[in-house]
Amino acid sequence: MTSKKPRQPHDPLEPRHTPLWLDGSGPNSEVVISSRARLARNLAGYPFVTRADRADRLRIFKICKDWIPKSHVAESTSILELHTMPASERMLLVERHAISKPLAKGKPYIGEPQEPKEVSHADPRGIAVAQDQSGLSIMINEEDHLRMQVIRPGLDLASAWEALNRADDRIESGLDYAFHEDYGYLTACPTNVGTGLRLSCMLHLPALKIVGEMDKVKSAANDMSLAVRGFYGEGSESVGDLYQISNQTALGKTEAAILRTLADEIIPRVVDYERVARKTLLSKRKLFIEDQVQRALGILTHAHVLGTEESMQLISQVRLGVSLGLIDHVSIEAVSSLFLLVQPAHLQKIVGQELDQEGRKEARAALVRKKLR
Amino acid sequence: MKCDRCENEATVHETLIKDGVPVERNLCESCAAQSGVVKQPSPENILDTQVAKMQLIKTKEPAKQAHVRVVACPNCKLTAAEFRQTGLLGCPHCYKAFGAHLAGLIERAHEGATKHVGKRPGRAGGDRERLVQLQERAESLRRLHTQLDEAVASEQYERAASLRDEIRRVSDNPSGN
Repeated sequence: MTSKKPRQPHDPLEPRHTPLWLDGSGPNSEVVISSRARLARNLAGYPFVTRADRADRLRIFKICKDWIPKSHVAESTSILELHTMPASERMLLVERHAISKPLAKGKPYIGEPQEPKEVSHADPRGIAVAQDQSGLSIMINEEDHLRMQVIRPGLDLASAWEALNRADDRIESGLDYAFHEDYGYLTACPTNVGTGLRLSCMLHLPALKIVGEMDKVKSAANDMSLAVRGFYGEGSESVGDLYQISNQTALGKTEAAILRTLADEIIPRVVDYERVARKTLLSKRKLFIEDQVQRALGILTHAHVLGTEESMQLISQVRLGVSLGLIDHVSIEAVSSLFLLVQPAHLQKIVGQELDQEGRKEARAALVRKKLR
Repeated sequence: MKCDRCENEATVHETLIKDGVPVERNLCESCAAQSGVVKQPSPENILDTQVAKMQLIKTKEPAKQAHVRVVACPNCKLTAAEFRQTGLLGCPHCYKAFGAHLAGLIERAHEGATKHVGKRPGRAGGDRERLVQLQERAESLRRLHTQLDEAVASEQYERAASLRDEIRRVSDNPSGN
């Protein structure tokens, strides 16, 4: 269980491969699960995606699909055409944070009803994935023509941004981006103009939750114009004590300044806050916390029916137990990867069949028992 | 959408409310000016007139006549109302079309910032004019590609061939993107 298996993190469609960003490595990984840098870019001369008709979306898709692999963003890049993929595989990519829910779903054309039918082949869109350890992927025809991101394990925003900036330069060497003297890189949503940069960290904050300090963190973040979101980003609830903290504003600051604020000031402060809370739990409420994490492990190793949210909450407690040294036969990577494996699309892909909700609960419990034995 | 009076694209969409019944008119900028009914667009009054329109419809006030002007982006035809509904702009030209109204919104969203100070596209090598030229070239290429698609669809192969040549000439890379 504790030995590291050889990984192939660049196969985004293999549910058994833990993605690079979730492997439990990287600086401060006991608190910071992953660091992500994202840039929003649009091609000059074209309408933004929601306003683009099928011919424009096809051309944008083709331009990106032809150029990205040739641009040397990575030694090799594979393009997944989402409009030709089954819904189950698109959901798998959403669960792995490779693509967004709106990209999985597809967008209607102007004048069409808001809810696109399952004939998603009508909307050309995709993702370019670097076939290396860089953690780079590029969504094509999402809200913006290009949404590129690098996700790294642990607190590593600087290297994520550095890799992303390099990829952006290479892509831009063969494309013209929409750019404005005052507003910088133009984006479909005016809240993204300027640098088009969003930096975020996925944090595991179970101790702050237990000691009741999460509201303080949230309101402090709000005061600093940072967003606090759940595991699945915008609009998602925080389950499993997982929170994403990101910058909200992208105009009037350099990329380096945005990076500095988040990587050197904000995130380390939250990490320290969580560490202090963990120490306090260990020194002042040892029996309580030991009981808590062992109970969680007990349920996960013995239950026969498990819901997604319940299992995420228990996995969170076990992860806390592992990082506090209270549970020693489970690796941090193994417990972290469970956050993904219990998600519906992963679970069904591993089991190899479609399951209804009850069936999923049973299969989830069986999978978790096997993984933690 | 064509102008009600001429062959130009309609960019001014006017809704006249007569006895509670909205009557739409779609005009190009010059016909709208000639008609004398519509003043030059002022982004501030986009919102006001929208609010006025909503109130009129809501209260069903038997107004004799109310002028409501809705400005659309001349390039992608996105209206201010559509933008308000989705929060998304339609194309790079929208940033100019919705001018001052949008500027205020951007300033509020970015904690008072109004000017980009970060990275710039490297392709223009820091040359502002060159950057504008590249944006314009991208627009021409898109137009040519659209025409090429139409020519191919209607089996006008000679026209298609000359469009392909034109695309190669305008574009500085052989793939024509």
